[in-house]
Amino acid sequence: MSDRTTGPAIETSGLVKTFGDNRAVDGVDLTVPAGSVYGVLGPNGAGKTTVVRMLATLLRPDGGEARVFGHDVVREAAEVRRRVSLTGQYASVDEDLTGSENLQLLARLLGHRKPAARERAAELLAAFGLTEAADRQVKKYSGGMRRRIDIAASILNTPDLLFLDEPTTGLDPRSRNQVWDIIREVVAHGTTVLLTTQYLDEADRLASRIAVIDHGRVIAEGTPGQLKSSVGAGSVHVRLRDPHRRAEAARILADALAGDVQLDADPVALAARAGAHGSDRGAAEQASAALAALAAAGIVVDDFSLGQPSLDEVFLALTARTEVPA
Amino acid sequence: MSTVADNTTVTEAPVADLTNVLARGPRPKRPSAWSASVTFGWRAVLKIKHVPEQLFDVTAFPIIMVLLFTYLFGGALAGSPREYIQFLLPGIMVTSVVMITMYTGVGVNTDIEKGVFDRFRTLPVWRPAALVGAIFGDMLRYAIASLVILGIGLALGFRPAGGVLGVAAGIALLILFSFAFSWIWTMFGLLLRSEKSVMGVSMLVIFPLTFLSNVYVQPSTMPDVLEAFVQANPVTRLVTAVRTLMDGGWNTGEVLWVVVASAVLVAVFGTLTMRLYNRR
Repeated sequence: MSDRTTGPAIETSGLVKTFGDNRAVDGVDLTVPAGSVYGVLGPNGAGKTTVVRMLATLLRPDGGEARVFGHDVVREAAEVRRRVSLTGQYASVDEDLTGSENLQLLARLLGHRKPAARERAAELLAAFGLTEAADRQVKKYSGGMRRRIDIAASILNTPDLLFLDEPTTGLDPRSRNQVWDIIREVVAHGTTVLLTTQYLDEADRLASRIAVIDHGRVIAEGTPGQLKSSVGAGSVHVRLRDPHRRAEAARILADALAGDVQLDADPVALAARAGAHGSDRGAAEQASAALAALAAAGIVVDDFSLGQPSLDEVFLALTARTEVPA
Repeated sequence: MSTVADNTTVTEAPVADLTNVLARGPRPKRPSAWSASVTFGWRAVLKIKHVPEQLFDVTAFPIIMVLLFTYLFGGALAGSPREYIQFLLPGIMVTSVVMITMYTGVGVNTDIEKGVFDRFRTLPVWRPAALVGAIFGDMLRYAIASLVILGIGLALGFRPAGGVLGVAAGIALLILFSFAFSWIWTMFGLLLRSEKSVMGVSMLVIFPLTFLSNVYVQPSTMPDVLEAFVQANPVTRLVTAVRTLMDGGWNTGEVLWVVVASAVLVAVFGTLTMRLYNRR
């Protein structure tokens, strides 16, 4: 276990995977420190899943190198498999079997004897609130239950590194919160988690570092704070009482926030980025100044909110910046 | 954009209290190749338990095969269905079971599509275990199909001279060959994209192999070119061996041929399957 405390959990350099003409992963360099949640953020088709599949020994890289706890994912795949487990985007348990049978099956494959496997399955089902569903086929589970049994299967032998590939996609808010709680507990126990997600909010809540991936490349990497400050803290959303004064309000906001203002489809709504990169004032401070300016002009604001930047905004900001010629 | 919800953490009791289940002693030793394969075989048996409809292939289909060919050809070829079935039954048993082997490929393909193979492939177990186990489960299906055919044969007047031992030896040889033959389908199951294409290729291979054989008529009645093909067909060899065993005889040459052919099939298609399995 010495390799678990020293050195990074994952190290990749120049990782490449092509499918036909498509360079799904196009030279990814990552260093994931051990013992924390590392977020890999990107839209559909960015290459997140392909990176995870290569790291979990399911796909062979076409170029570059990847090491998990110092073990090469191709040459020492068996060593890697001993230390990792994967919860994929699609249920990676057998839908025809019951929850209990799935866990017993995997427990036995991991070397537990029959009675121990049964006991371990029961423990995990209880811990994940699935005792009542233990003898039901997984195909009859709800989305949230399915995700939980999947994660339970992944921690049967608590792994050193857990890959969670979009674990909350398609879940309702309650199930999503449950999954978040589980992730926090797993990490508190010392397991490193590589989490892929499409949601900045999710990465922000769980991850201590984030890599943003687009078109198979890492376009930004850092702590959530660094990432957010590079794109601005968020958006100010304003709803006016009088739609006729929207153009005027837009000018005032543009001045106060020093940025572009979007006019929403709703004729009384508009939004603007706040706390943009390079500003010496925080987003909240800028936003309140902007509201004061609107009030001074006699424009009535019915509703207002300050939200975190969406993934769209992160991407717009990051890609816009990388496309600026040096 | 629902900014309000974004900033609100729903506070409720955590669904999972993992403190006790996570803190664990040393991990157990990895299971042996045999034990891992048997565990995967157990999975196949559980699937049969939960989806018993899948046994339809191994029961209804063979019954229809026996009835159809016994009564269709019996009168014309052997004077009566009862006489014909003495000749036909071992062959129709081989045909049915060899046809059922293609579901191995379909099963592998479905597993891949559903994502459960991803889990299996990241487990630190003997690599071929998942596939060997799947085929173990299929061997149970082959045995069921064989017994169903034997049962209906006996009901229709099949009286094998080899008795219980001869019949059991015949079925054992058939299942051994089918185990080996299944590796062709695991390969196609990994190679092809959809369940349908796996079925298509399987039919293309299985139909000529089973029909252009000595199952229905003696090869000596066929045109020369066809006879040459039929004599070279592994299914013919297998049928001869099984027929002889059930008839109370022992054909060392054919039995040995089947055993060696089985070993070659496993060596070739097992290797190809594992290459694909590791490469995917």
